[in-house]
Amino acid sequence: MSYMLGLKCRECDREYPKEALYVCEYCFGSLEVSYDYKALAKKVTRKTIEAGPKSLWRYRDLLPIDGEPAAGYYSGFTPLVKADILGKELGVKELYVKDDSVCHPTCSFKDRVVAVALSRARELKFDTVACASTGNLANAVAAHAAWAGFKRFIFIPANLEIAKIVGTLVYSPNLIAVDGNYDDVNRLCAEIAAKYRWGFVNINIRAYYAEGSKTLGFEIAEQLGWKAPAHIVAPAASGSLVTKIWKSLKEFDKLGLLEGELRTKVHLAQAEGCSPIATAFLGNHDAIKPVKPSTIAKSLAIGNPADGYYAIDVLKQSGGTAGIVSDDEIREGIKLLARTEGIFTETAGGVTVAVAKKLIDEGKIPSDESIVLAITGNGMKTQEAIREAVGKPIHIAPSLSSFEAEVLKAGCKL
Amino acid sequence: MPVKVRIPTPLQKLTSNKDEVEVIAGNIKELIVELEKSFPGMKDRLCDETGKVRRFVNVYLNEEDIRFLSQEETAVKDGDQVSIIPAIAGG
Ligand SMILES: Cc1ncc(COP(=O)(O)O)c(C=O)c1O
Ligand SMILES: [Zn+2]
Repeated sequence: MSYMLGLKCRECDREYPKEALYVCEYCFGSLEVSYDYKALAKKVTRKTIEAGPKSLWRYRDLLPIDGEPAAGYYSGFTPLVKADILGKELGVKELYVKDDSVCHPTCSFKDRVVAVALSRARELKFDTVACASTGNLANAVAAHAAWAGFKRFIFIPANLEIAKIVGTLVYSPNLIAVDGNYDDVNRLCAEIAAKYRWGFVNINIRAYYAEGSKTLGFEIAEQLGWKAPAHIVAPAASGSLVTKIWKSLKEFDKLGLLEGELRTKVHLAQAEGCSPIATAFLGNHDAIKPVKPSTIAKSLAIGNPADGYYAIDVLKQSGGTAGIVSDDEIREGIKLLARTEGIFTETAGGVTVAVAKKLIDEGKIPSDESIVLAITGNGMKTQEAIREAVGKPIHIAPSLSSFEAEVLKAGCKL
Repeated sequence: MPVKVRIPTPLQKLTSNKDEVEVIAGNIKELIVELEKSFPGMKDRLCDETGKVRRFVNVYLNEEDIRFLSQEETAVKDGDQVSIIPAIAGG
């Protein structure tokens, strides 16, 4: 049973059938999935969700597929970690980390979007899937498509981190490294997508793909005991995740699944070397000015963010704000989370931690309200970004005397 | 001065399914006026009520986003290639 009605233009409300369409023929606005919320309200309860699988597919009624899932059977349902030590360090009372650094199988929240995108791609009868990626999406599409048995073409900017390249190649996709930045890759892919009948997860099946991000927000609320937190801080590249986190909470609210009123403020985190959305929001600009990215947070390096305007709408509607942090602050953020909570996140997570710290320090997030940090990726993938910032092992000869001498020399207490 | 314009799928209905057309123009603004003359309806799709290129439409001159150049005033010349591409999501 499917509650998906069709697609609708986010700009002009024109309606389209639920096919592989991604932009409004009339105004170029992007298309969004619409659902039969009346029917959903009759069917979906906390109980029906709790009885579902321990994966993102427990929210299947709120996801855009007609039949059975075809990918990501084990994706999602990641831990919501009560982060008391980090909370103490930041001076806040109630802090949680939504830890998608351990999402199955490729260790980022992109496993969520790809699980949904490929399930829909199968229903739309594609035999080949493709994507343009800043890295994590590449890993996820390569892995899920291997499991689900799709042919796969993956396009990345040539300068990606080595772990993201190896972590894609290992699944035997066709991996194309393009000379240029992500926005160049994307532009090229738009032309390729027009020519070949492939399921491009972030182009012609984007409307379905994007819905997968909602599951991160659903899980936060369910894991808090069907309560929405007062604050969520999330990183933004295209701005889709931020937009969908807000949508997920509004959907739960509409279906009466939340305890109390929905009063969550959603805050957006970007890196100084690529902050087109945060800059437009903080400067109160009408237009988002695209940028040429230059940051260690390569997963967030989208200079021309397709969902930027919608992300700004979310900040305004929810009463949240945005923060921008430098590469050094990102490195400190990564180390801070690791040192306090034992979680090693990638650069995007460093952006989130550092922005949360900044907003708390500036009093924009009050210290006595509940806060969730969306940690969306794994630090193993971006080791070169912090290699120089984590120090070195103490090097010794294999003898007790060398051990004691060197360790003392390094200033350790025995 | 003919400029090659690549037409995105959603607009190919206006160009009898041609994915590339040629127009003569001196800058992007004129190019849109010319497109409208040959393919009525085009301007409405590409521009908002104030005549500016819609925020979800990306226009590239030889691979470079015109927002990094001189926006609608960006000059075009013989042999240039202009692409019109809807904004797409990321990851
Ligand atoms: C780890 C990580 N976090 C966050 C994002 C941002 O996602 P969005 O493009 O939905 O804003 C990305 C995108 O690639 C990512 O890889
Ligand atoms: Zn529209």
